[in-house]
Amino acid sequence: MKYELQPALPPPSSMIGVVGWLRKHLFNGPINSIATIVVGYFLISLLVPTVQWIFIDSDWVGDSRDACTSGGACWVFIANRLDQFLYGFYPEAEHWRVQLAFIILIGSIIWLVLPQTPKKGLVAALLLVVYPIIAFFLLYGNAFGLVQVETHLWGGLSLTLVLAVVGIVASLPLGIVLALGRQSEMPIVRSVCVTFIEIWRGVPLITVLFMASVMLPLFFPEGMSFDKLLRALIGITLFQSAYMAEVIRGGLQAIPRGQYEAADALGLGYWQKMILIIMPQALKLMIPGIVNTFIALFKDTSLVLIIGLFDVLAIGQAANQDPKWIGYSTESYLFVALLFWVFCFSMSRYSQHLEKKLHTGHGNRA
Amino acid sequence: MKKTLTSAAVLMVAMTGTAMAGTLETVKERGAVQCGVTSGVPGFSVPDDKGNWKGLDVDMCRAVAAAVLGDATKVKFIPLNAKERFTALVSGEIDLLSRVTTWTQTRDTQLGINFAGVNYYDGQGFLVKKELGLKSVKELDGATVCVQSGTTTELNMADYFRTHSISYTPVVFDTNDQAAQAFDSGRCDSFTTDLSQAAGLRTRMQDPSSVGALPEVISKEPLGPVVRQGDDTWFNIVKWSHNAMLNAEELRLTSANVDKMKAESTDPNVKRLLGLDGPKGQGLDLADDWAYQIVKQVGNYGEAYERNVGKDSPLGLDRGLNALWNQGGLQYAPPMR
Repeated sequence: MKYELQPALPPPSSMIGVVGWLRKHLFNGPINSIATIVVGYFLISLLVPTVQWIFIDSDWVGDSRDACTSGGACWVFIANRLDQFLYGFYPEAEHWRVQLAFIILIGSIIWLVLPQTPKKGLVAALLLVVYPIIAFFLLYGNAFGLVQVETHLWGGLSLTLVLAVVGIVASLPLGIVLALGRQSEMPIVRSVCVTFIEIWRGVPLITVLFMASVMLPLFFPEGMSFDKLLRALIGITLFQSAYMAEVIRGGLQAIPRGQYEAADALGLGYWQKMILIIMPQALKLMIPGIVNTFIALFKDTSLVLIIGLFDVLAIGQAANQDPKWIGYSTESYLFVALLFWVFCFSMSRYSQHLEKKLHTGHGNRA
Repeated sequence: MKKTLTSAAVLMVAMTGTAMAGTLETVKERGAVQCGVTSGVPGFSVPDDKGNWKGLDVDMCRAVAAAVLGDATKVKFIPLNAKERFTALVSGEIDLLSRVTTWTQTRDTQLGINFAGVNYYDGQGFLVKKELGLKSVKELDGATVCVQSGTTTELNMADYFRTHSISYTPVVFDTNDQAAQAFDSGRCDSFTTDLSQAAGLRTRMQDPSSVGALPEVISKEPLGPVVRQGDDTWFNIVKWSHNAMLNAEELRLTSANVDKMKAESTDPNVKRLLGLDGPKGQGLDLADDWAYQIVKQVGNYGEAYERNVGKDSPLGLDRGLNALWNQGGLQYAPPMR
């Protein structure tokens, strides 16, 4: 007698498809079912009016508050002030300079980020050395036939980006130097670095900014005034470099001692050892920490509003005070939050991508 | 404590530096007046959607620029917060502070600064829902009052209610916005703040017409332009720029009719104000037509008032205390002769 296996029956319809997924993940027991229903109820009762307010009932076109009649969000307010949100009080005829400066920046960053493009080293060098000079003259002017645009006119998203980019670019190398100094065996270098780091890390950024804007001018000789934006930039950079130094020191300590000794055994000098052996490995480990610091810095730039610089948040708050548009502060805060989120989220995604790309063995994730 | 420290620091500089002489020369050389303003108070200084600064305090800056440089647009607006405003002035970062600053004894005598006049008489008042039918603050016995925490507003209210033995429950909020919204949603019976700000906050309530102010004003808040101590030329210029705007209103000179009046008027007061006669610009080291430039480019005080906070603005404030002295208000300027 021949035995034949019956073909396997399909799983019961309640275990597969949408129903199956729902049963498995949302309703697999009385407590979970109740939780699902309660949470779902709150989600829906929150989301529906929000979406309705933001998209369905909202007004998008017009040029005064009379256009906002439907009871939802009044995006007309944002649209009318979009230029100010992006450029602050930068003269309208000169907006192209800001645009050009950021197009070059974004272009070179894309060049560096895309895997296929050639000559990355050259582009990176140009970006770090030549670009700051170009950007300075583009934004500030007063040379090459460009009109001078003083920094008290800078504002909005472009000011936020200037603060963040300068802070990020300047604090990383400074942080590396400080971290190496802190680990140095030379007592003077070490104590200077430790003191610097601990002092700057021990004070809140608000204090640093207040010092820069309120106290510092008192110590200058009469009649000498130092640009407020520059003061804030220096404050932010020094503050962030102290944080950066500690992140980098963490990375340096994670490198096994054998690597240092191997480099010494090969007869490499201090700088060769650091640049060729230690840093490439350490920096890779530090990516999450570094990007974390960058994101924190990006958001911290909004603190400059307390010293009267109009970053994107301050522009939003000033807009809220316009008597013609009083009562639309929710819209402007939402818009500013969206801008911040877009930038921070992209930084975080890029760092994850970088981590995956550079993952060559260390760490415990396969 | 913090306040003491700031004051001490400001004072230190005020004493050692004895302020810079020659603000007028600096301004002329620079070609612009650097004016400290708020980063946004409706009606007083706020950037509009084109990025132009508007407001009563802003017009004060423009008037000084018109008088000194002959061009009201030559002003650099430096937004300052409440804490850094006096340092910025004393350290020379700005030439003139026009930032809803209340004139008090401490500030005038201990910070190395001078108040050059009062361009807005403000005071603290109470908003209530009209449906309650209240006629006076004295009827607020047992009421809940929304107020911003940590302000003189809160202290003034406590003082006033204690001296009049009225019981009340304060409901405090971090910002004036929140306090106003809480009042609007019925959390409190009344809401107290400076009247100039109450007007702005009232316009954004659900039904502004159902909200009214009680007649009592319980505090004095004279707001005015401030200059460094020790530079009397500049102090005089700011003081007389304000006086010129008041005198122009009194003489019914407006930006619209000033050219005609300059050509035709035979009134000696008008001729003196417009620099055709009298002291002209001598004592101030200014051009003879300095006051004409102010009236022509900025307008008289009444024009500035109505345009920024008065009936031509969304705030819609009455002139009240800020009417001219001969119309029942307090704005009074010494004669120009």
